[in-house]
Amino acid sequence: MSEKEIKNLEEIFEARIARDDKIEPKDWMPEKYRKTHIRQISQHAHSEVVGMLPEGNWITRAPSLRRKAALLAKVQDEGGHGLYLYSAAETLGISREEMYEQLHSGKAKYSSIFNYPSITWADIGAIGWLVDGAAIINQVALCGTSFGPYARAMVRICKEESFHQRQGYEIMLTLSRGTEEQKAMAQDALNRWWWPSLMMFGPRDEDSPHTAQSMKWKLKRKTNDELRQQFVDQTVPQADILGISVPDPDLKFNSETGHYEFGEINWDEFWQVVKGHGPCNKERMEARVGAWEGGAWVRDAAMAYAEKQEKRKVAKAS
Amino acid sequence: MKKEWPLWEVFVRSKNGLEHRHFGSLHAADAEMALENARDVYTRRSEGVSIWVVESKYITASNPEDNGELFEPAQDKVYRHPTFYDLPDEVKHM
Repeated sequence: MSEKEIKNLEEIFEARIARDDKIEPKDWMPEKYRKTHIRQISQHAHSEVVGMLPEGNWITRAPSLRRKAALLAKVQDEGGHGLYLYSAAETLGISREEMYEQLHSGKAKYSSIFNYPSITWADIGAIGWLVDGAAIINQVALCGTSFGPYARAMVRICKEESFHQRQGYEIMLTLSRGTEEQKAMAQDALNRWWWPSLMMFGPRDEDSPHTAQSMKWKLKRKTNDELRQQFVDQTVPQADILGISVPDPDLKFNSETGHYEFGEINWDEFWQVVKGHGPCNKERMEARVGAWEGGAWVRDAAMAYAEKQEKRKVAKAS
Repeated sequence: MKKEWPLWEVFVRSKNGLEHRHFGSLHAADAEMALENARDVYTRRSEGVSIWVVESKYITASNPEDNGELFEPAQDKVYRHPTFYDLPDEVKHM
């Protein structure tokens, strides 16, 4: 194709997105659109899958059967969400194996929040309330994204995820209405998860070079800072109901704007964790790679069995 | 790993009386496993009463490049729609 032809196709493509047409896998798309989507969707998938680890840590130690069943269901959902997203990325021509390889080699990133440890039961409450709360804000914004398979996966995920946040908040509510010790646990979990949750929305707009392009492709419908503000505005009153305090001395409500003003995020910490130096980066990857390698013989055996059965069927028919 | 599990497309009938609809895809070693995985992934909240799985490689799809040829001819055949025909208002039940 000549450069002029490509330019023409690009113009038609941009116009389609501008009028809210969805792009489907077999449609022509600019190479950069394809690559950006593979990157973002696969990272999103990796986040779901790695996100199972900090919570999985507490399944065997959940304080009651009710809590245990809910946590199991939540973690199972996350595995499913990873699968929806991997499938969406696969429609763009990357294989599942390649994506795993990118995760395991450290080439692909996942949400930094999962590199923090879940050290008490209250962390399971805080993760559901804050981490899933932040994820839902991001994901609701993505339901209208331009790439059809990604948008459809998001709609499904948002529908299923609404219970995740509620179960987390309920845990926090129970703890904060419990003994002094339980209340202290809830406060401690909020102290540790608050700032990393704000970091989930990514760098400040002025430090986010891809924002303009992503907005154009509707891969982002709102900027990082807009989404972060929305999260703070809706979460602070929820902390008030719990009777625990957000660990930010600069936090105050501005009655003129109707928004909360909040303190500076520790961006050095953010970049450290992104670059692999968070408290649990190494542990998380060891768990993933271990599961993949340890499961290799099961995958091979299942495939060998399927092939054997298929051969028998063919032999019987002939 | 020697061989990647093949990709399957999953179709679910949400309740009797409705058609099976494409729900998504997954990898599985064989049809039986594809059905079991589809049940776990796509019907955890009573979304279905029946599942079809078919290996993706058996689906033949039209190409968007042919869309003009395939679908545009239908656009100027308005006489295939009931509103094309002018009838007086007093004609009922038609």
